[in-house]
Amino acid sequence: MIRFDRFTLSNGLRVLVHEDASTPMAVVNVLYDVGARDEEPTHTGFAHLFEHLMFGGSVNIPVYDDPMQRAGGENNAYTTNDLTNYYCQLPADNLETALWLESDRMLSLAFSEKSLDVQRKVVCEEFKEHYINKPYGDVWKLLRDLAYREHPYRWMTIGRELSHIEKATLPDVRHFFGKHYNPVNAILVVAGNVRTEAVRGHVEKWFGDIPPGARYLRDLPSEPEQREARRLEVGAKVPLDAFYRTWHMSGRLDVRYHAADLVTDMLGGSGSSRLYQSLVKEKKLFSSIDCYHFGSLDPGLVAIEGKLVKGVAMDTAEAAVEEELEKLRRSPVPVKELQKVKNKTESLMAFEDMSVMSRASSIAFYELLGDAGMMNGELSRYQAVTVDQVLEECRTLFRDENSCTLVYRSEG
Amino acid sequence: MSFRSIAPPIKDPVDLHLELRPCHRFTLDNGVDVYAIDAGAEEVLQVEVVYRAGNAYEGSNGIAPAVNFLLKNGTPSRNAFEINEHFDYHGAYLNRNCHSESADVVLHCLTKHLPDLLPVMCDLLTEADFPAQELDIYRQNMKQRLDVNLRKCDFVANRLIDEYLWGFEHPYGRYSTYESYDALDRSALLDFYGRHYARGHATLFVAGLLPNDIEAQLNRHFGALPLNRDPLPAPTHPAVRAAERRHRVDNQPDGVQGAIRLARPFPNRHHPDHPGAMVLNALFGGFFGSRLMENIREDKGYTYGIYSYLQNQVAESAWMVSTEAGRDVCEAAITEVYHEMRRLREEEIPDEELQMVRNYLMGTLLGDLDGPFQIIGRWKNLVINGLDEAFFRRTVDTIRNIPGAELNALAARYLREEDFYELVVV
Repeated sequence: MIRFDRFTLSNGLRVLVHEDASTPMAVVNVLYDVGARDEEPTHTGFAHLFEHLMFGGSVNIPVYDDPMQRAGGENNAYTTNDLTNYYCQLPADNLETALWLESDRMLSLAFSEKSLDVQRKVVCEEFKEHYINKPYGDVWKLLRDLAYREHPYRWMTIGRELSHIEKATLPDVRHFFGKHYNPVNAILVVAGNVRTEAVRGHVEKWFGDIPPGARYLRDLPSEPEQREARRLEVGAKVPLDAFYRTWHMSGRLDVRYHAADLVTDMLGGSGSSRLYQSLVKEKKLFSSIDCYHFGSLDPGLVAIEGKLVKGVAMDTAEAAVEEELEKLRRSPVPVKELQKVKNKTESLMAFEDMSVMSRASSIAFYELLGDAGMMNGELSRYQAVTVDQVLEECRTLFRDENSCTLVYRSEG
Repeated sequence: MSFRSIAPPIKDPVDLHLELRPCHRFTLDNGVDVYAIDAGAEEVLQVEVVYRAGNAYEGSNGIAPAVNFLLKNGTPSRNAFEINEHFDYHGAYLNRNCHSESADVVLHCLTKHLPDLLPVMCDLLTEADFPAQELDIYRQNMKQRLDVNLRKCDFVANRLIDEYLWGFEHPYGRYSTYESYDALDRSALLDFYGRHYARGHATLFVAGLLPNDIEAQLNRHFGALPLNRDPLPAPTHPAVRAAERRHRVDNQPDGVQGAIRLARPFPNRHHPDHPGAMVLNALFGGFFGSRLMENIREDKGYTYGIYSYLQNQVAESAWMVSTEAGRDVCEAAITEVYHEMRRLREEEIPDEELQMVRNYLMGTLLGDLDGPFQIIGRWKNLVINGLDEAFFRRTVDTIRNIPGAELNALAARYLREEDFYELVVV
């Protein structure tokens, strides 16, 4: 059970405090309700580029990192398709330094041309390092494009192409800041060796006078139901043939979500999972195979990806994957197997909760979902999933017309 | 001027009272040492068995990592699936890692499940029998993985720079090849397993919310094993360094980035220069605010990230600079790395910068000691390297007090362009 206190400033900033006297550290986590899904199709990659610019100096503080490091702190941030999260950890005595830094960049950035120029290059190198200069690096660019026709999940967080990042301008940056980086669109979590009442005073001081900004009203096109199977075959200079198939799943708040999450754990992710045992160990068709999903807030994707053993025909591999899915569609999974993936979820949560940083980001995430208190009921929502619900979910998910397939062939 | 222009007062982390929490130590009936940290709020724990079973002990290339990986894939009473299912059913993770000198097997689980898991863990550590079919699958899949990795410039660069530094016959310089996988032989695996695991040298590290009877549980499963009996072999491996220091490798004709590695040999943790070098390394390229990052990423935008570090081996180490940079700016990036070395040798280090690094290192050290797994990790590092609390205290003392001039002197000794092996793999 993770306890927290919650209050809202007059400018609309939601603040949650999680006290833990067992650590000498404090964590400050600021979540902004903006991700790659909120970008224009012609300006993809912008939310992530913007995250880099948040370290390029704010209106009253020339460099973010220096005071943070001088206070003994470490910080970082990440952008997903759904949200942008900034977090730092430092000795609890220096909590105010973090609040000072975070509040100043929520107030306003320095908007420096130099910072924009450098970070455009840095992000382009990040793009190259992870998505261009790696074998199979463009897989998710292709798959997102195949699976989504309308919803902005059709591009990756890093962006659709390098040119979108290269042509970002300072006016774009100012506009994006004004639209999304406001108290009403943010959630602040303070955790660790802190006291709620003291935090309240500090937060009022540093964040209280920031203008609230306008609430961003998200109005994204929803993805129309897919009605026939989609398929794309590509060839590239990779050493092994690879198989990818996705299926549309529910959004994060849907009642179906937990069953789908457990299904992916039965199929992949461990040495006793179905796909690994059957297709890697017994049939020896794949040298690696996995099943996962992204935990997206809007309706997401379940994916299976595998590399074929050399000499195995794609048809054979594909049919073998379908055979495993057919078993799941045909009859209920053994109770013991369902219990296994529930147990795994239980221990994963316990391990995650060991770190105060992880607890702070969970609190922010569930608050974004609607109520931080939901995190304490999460395990019981998994425990409540029945074998019948799993069967139902498999029948809903793993339909041919709901699938997108990418065949990635080796051209040497 | 806004009140926001003035930084809130800080408590300098350099003044923090930092101590490594003492370990509870005990010895099993067979003389095996156990280090324990009983702490935490969650009902979880870890049990780590560290063996002297790294590459340094193998007779032919790739035996040590293969044994470490495959010891989970079958015993006379359980096949690989049953083993995996047992740990998975209990929500537990049994990981194994093979390093240059040591190799370990680590269990993470909910405290309540320990009695169900220790017997199976013990079975793997005493009775693994390396079924031929499991070895075949391993060989095939590792070769395929190698196929993919050899297309990555960073992977290729990491192998080659170690080879230049140590030579291919040295355990730090050796790496897997198609031939080494083909040559893996079941009887050699069994032999290595017998000598280095079943009858090998082990030390146990446990941490988390420990059950009251942890000593009895460990003794029941590990206390009668024939461990730590024969004297520990002390293999010596002379380094055979490459004659040529400068290397440029064209791995992918259409690559858009180059993997840059610059490295020089460096003594191990027992050397008096080690703690000071750790501070100098932070300043040079050890964290986000370092000079390499400030210059090459934050000023020039040549890379997504650049780091320097001391390699984590027991007998000897190396000082490494590592980055992936745009293909056209690799040479410019290398020039800047040497420029930063020269500045550290020749220019006085500003007090403000040094104070920032001291505070950063102390603050993050405080964070790194937060939690039972982190604390036991520190202890493991000390024990494996034949060190004790004094090393930790010396490190803290050095962070606090080392004068800037001494860092300049260390840079003059170690950060010299002519001593570095230099590699770019595109």
